[in-house]
Amino acid sequence: MTDAPLLEVRNLTRRYKLPRQSLLRRSPVLTALEGAGFSLRAGETLGVVGESGSGKSTLARLIMAFERPDAGEVLFNGSDLHALSSEELRGLRRGFQMVFQDPFGSLNPRRRIGWSIAEPLRANGEETQVTYRVAEALEQVGLHPADAGKYPHEFSGGQRQRIAIARAIITKPALLVADEAVSALDVSVQAQILNLLMDLQDDLGLGMVFISHDLAVVASICDRVLVLQHGKTLESGPAADVLRAPEHPYTKTLLKAAGAHT
Amino acid sequence: MIELESLSAHFGNAAALRDANLQIRRGDRLGIVGESGSGKTMLALCLMGMAPDSAHLTGRLSIDGRDMATATERDWRQMRSRRVAMVFQEPMAALNPLRRVGDTVMEPMLLHENLSRAEARARALSLFEEVGILNPEQRLRQFPHEMSGGQRQRVLIALALACNPALLIADEPTTALDANVALRITDLLQRLARERDMALVFISHDLAAVARATQEIVVMYGGDMVERGPTAEVLATPQHPYTKGLLGARPDPAEAGRDANGKRRRLPTIPGSVPPLHGLPQGCRFAGRCPVELAHCADQRPVFTPTEPGRGAACHLLSETGHD
Repeated sequence: MTDAPLLEVRNLTRRYKLPRQSLLRRSPVLTALEGAGFSLRAGETLGVVGESGSGKSTLARLIMAFERPDAGEVLFNGSDLHALSSEELRGLRRGFQMVFQDPFGSLNPRRRIGWSIAEPLRANGEETQVTYRVAEALEQVGLHPADAGKYPHEFSGGQRQRIAIARAIITKPALLVADEAVSALDVSVQAQILNLLMDLQDDLGLGMVFISHDLAVVASICDRVLVLQHGKTLESGPAADVLRAPEHPYTKTLLKAAGAHT
Repeated sequence: MIELESLSAHFGNAAALRDANLQIRRGDRLGIVGESGSGKTMLALCLMGMAPDSAHLTGRLSIDGRDMATATERDWRQMRSRRVAMVFQEPMAALNPLRRVGDTVMEPMLLHENLSRAEARARALSLFEEVGILNPEQRLRQFPHEMSGGQRQRVLIALALACNPALLIADEPTTALDANVALRITDLLQRLARERDMALVFISHDLAAVARATQEIVVMYGGDMVERGPTAEVLATPQHPYTKGLLGARPDPAEAGRDANGKRRRLPTIPGSVPPLHGLPQGCRFAGRCPVELAHCADQRPVFTPTEPGRGAACHLLSETGHD
């Protein structure tokens, strides 16, 4: 672990205009994220917890530079993603990748999975050794290189999530953003995927932003936790501290819902 | 009130449900727990007379003493809403988006009980109050898209209660909801069952929710009921290796963190994955993934072995020690 942060998020704010209620009034504004900040080193995991509407997916999209913030900075290895030109940004994209919630929706059902896994390589214009790198990525997530020739429907939900992870790591990123990556999975499958993410992190030194509504899941794989509600940061700190002595009543509700009392 | 005896559902040679035995009495609150492919939804569909036509049912399923395993759709229509009703997982998909929710909730009353519109409206209003919908007068006139997920789930519960069923089946009622909304819906279902002296079958993969809502629990795997007993006892001291594995795989914040070498602690897992329906072992369904497997596990079906009154599991380990 080096001391320079891999990812630094400073005072990040995003507002959305809502539909006008009346022609004479200005559109109401929803502040989806307000003043969020944290820093993350290589090999570390930050958990972001909150419910729908808390701003956690907005945070993910801003870190991934899918959209622009109204204020604040996202520094990846020191460069502000939202201050870069689109060419410069494209050059950096291989360094940060995302795993989505829905393993069914995020894979093209008409394409062999090898094609889907190689998608980020094509997007970056890396056309060499594609077959070899797909095979390597499949092995890293516990699948067989021969699986590249199969279609998504031939796999179970857990295997499809492994495929989505293979696609995310094929560009050898330094940062992985996982948005509800295990929420759609059964408990025993979820444990396998969480272990896989931890294995990959140890092997590849990945920094990870792990977004989930489930505090128990977040606590079991994260070093630090950020609790969001209505776009505001309620609480942040080492995972163990937040769980042992949650300061905010909302965090206590989340703990209760996670069944941490049993 | 409801009795299942060796109820099985086959698709060709593959059994989605094998020899389910179950008795549900008035006021019982029963949790059914299992992962995808465990047969828990198949069981619920059987109880509602909604098993797909391609499923071949054998065994006995009786409701109020009437055998329903071979009943026709006409017979089932007598039962649904009035005796058994169901709350589904996806509140958005289960409500007609083009109808006002009040009309949807009134429909079964008009259909099954020949109530007048005014009577049905009055009952819908009191149901909305009972399930904790604020401003019920106004809500009756709204469309599903104007409501939050939690409100929609409450509407679905009101709809299920429309004709005062004796049994309410809730299939993953909290899965699509936020954590604190899920807690409130779980508590609501539990309270309704108690206050109405109605039986509740709560189907979920969420062990924390089942622990809150139910007194008894059945754990299913690969179409078999592998363990059952009082909820608190089964969750505290599971006897079947699958139940142990399932409980162990839940992330436990107390066990998390990094070891002395700075490596993050891994979660305990159940090795492998659930085989497809036609690839399940003929003996114990859990054979091949079980950490303590005996030579005959894959070929011989374990019988359900009671360990205490009202408690037991279907596992060769239990029957072996019982005989010795």
